[in-house]
Amino acid sequence: MKLTVKLFAAARELAGCGEIGIELPTGATVGELRAGLVVAAPSLAALAQSSMVAVNEEYAIDATLLRESDVAALIPPVSGG
Amino acid sequence: MIQLTDNPIDAPALLQSAQQPEAGAVVLFLGITRQFTKGRETASLSYEAYREMAVKELERLEQQARERWLLVDCSIVHRLGEVPLAEASVAIAVSSPHRADAFEAGRWLIDALKESVPIWKQEHWADGGADWVHPNGRDATHE
Repeated sequence: MKLTVKLFAAARELAGCGEIGIELPTGATVGELRAGLVVAAPSLAALAQSSMVAVNEEYAIDATLLRESDVAALIPPVSGG
Repeated sequence: MIQLTDNPIDAPALLQSAQQPEAGAVVLFLGITRQFTKGRETASLSYEAYREMAVKELERLEQQARERWLLVDCSIVHRLGEVPLAEASVAIAVSSPHRADAFEAGRWLIDALKESVPIWKQEHWADGGADWVHPNGRDATHE
């Protein structure tokens, strides 16, 4: 299944784009998405480890299962306020 | 009330909506762009958000604050894009029948916002260059 991962702030600048498409096996987890993201965009390797992943606008853990229609996002450490 | 805005924050309007007859106390917090951080001069800050998720997270924080404290009004506004020196990037206005609830809720809300809401701050330095702020490192607004 193909998923699109939204990128923000430092992640967007490192990757040079606001989203990235990655191909994952059916039933893949957020942890596998994180690994797939680094393969697709090696410049994200360090940041991907310190970032959270959101699925459908909610924080997810690495064990969370993904579905084809999910909207994923890499959330680098936040610094609002 | 939750809002993300690309324009200057209208703090007097937030105070006005907080001043309800049921309230006996209003607390307003503004986080503003500070000129110097550890000796280095900031020209401005700019903010980026995952807007849909940030609104959801802020709504969740308002809900949690209302469950924990007796609040009359609760407004959280975050500005996005460039925020010049001395202007507010974030405003939190809370009102409550008695002051302890408003003080505690206001303090908790800004701390929680900085922990979990997907918004990112970039420093634009007066001597050139720009850095995304690491949350445990430099921070050019209030601590």
